[in-house]
Amino acid sequence: MQAKTTRDSRRNPVRLALFAAALALGAPAMADDDDDNRRAPMSPAYVEECGACHVAFPPELLSRRSWNAVVDGLAEHFGTDASLDAQALATVRDYLDAYAGRRSTDGANGKPLLRITDTRWFQREHRAGEHGLRADTFKRAEVGSAANCGACHRGAADGSYAEREIRVPAPGVRANITAQGRTQ
Amino acid sequence: MKAKTTLGGAMLMLASLAATAAQPADFLARFEREARQADGAFAASPARGEAWFQARHGREWSCSTCHTPDPAGRGKHAVTGKPIEPMAPVANPERLTSDRSVDKWFRRNCRDVVGRECTPAEKADVIAYLMRVGS
Repeated sequence: MQAKTTRDSRRNPVRLALFAAALALGAPAMADDDDDNRRAPMSPAYVEECGACHVAFPPELLSRRSWNAVVDGLAEHFGTDASLDAQALATVRDYLDAYAGRRSTDGANGKPLLRITDTRWFQREHRAGEHGLRADTFKRAEVGSAANCGACHRGAADGSYAEREIRVPAPGVRANITAQGRTQ
Repeated sequence: MKAKTTLGGAMLMLASLAATAAQPADFLARFEREARQADGAFAASPARGEAWFQARHGREWSCSTCHTPDPAGRGKHAVTGKPIEPMAPVANPERLTSDRSVDKWFRRNCRDVVGRECTPAEKADVIAYLMRVGS
């Protein structure tokens, strides 16, 4: 899959140029896994309002445009009503505005992505094989969903995603991955 | 003089905090009062509240989907899996103590579970049930 994408990119000069441009633009703002010092401070208001139902996701993982679209749509937030009163809404919007990622998280159709898990950065960092992940890891009962950061990132509740804190649950799965890794 | 003013200010703040910190019974009284505007004979019923809490209301989720059938136990968000602290005040003293929180969560969760905001009578019944749990 990965190899095919690369081949396509090589064949298609426009796509290659776009890819290079995305890399060049994205690199300085990229929330790389070694980049733990640059993360935004967790605001108590943000954690209270947005961290009640899910981990208070690091604001730098979506662009300002994406966050604005998320905040505008809270009454229909991925199947639940997550609406806020005007004051809380303004506080959350200001926080996300201040700490949003600088690179675009628009989708291929030009519309802002609403899910961090749909961003290219997330998918690259969480592809099968990376950090002991398997294709079905996110569907496992212990994880439930790719939005459940804390299932593997033990410091997620405090906004910490350091490499050394990653523990993919279920030792059996980790052993399998190790075995697969050796055969490749 | 300055210290006295500061102390006085602090005491005033404490007093106002104590005055605004709501209790579960305050919410029960408030929603009963509101419900009586439509039905003068209304009295909250824990049994009705329990049935309401456990049942689905024409949609995918009931209250108990996320909060589990035992309001004294820890719940789990149906989509994200995030733990939810117990709803019953006996197990979680922070419940039913904040106007903002009670209004926010009833508004949102009723829209998810019932497809509309809950009536004062429904809220009073559920609160009566939650207050009865473990007592």
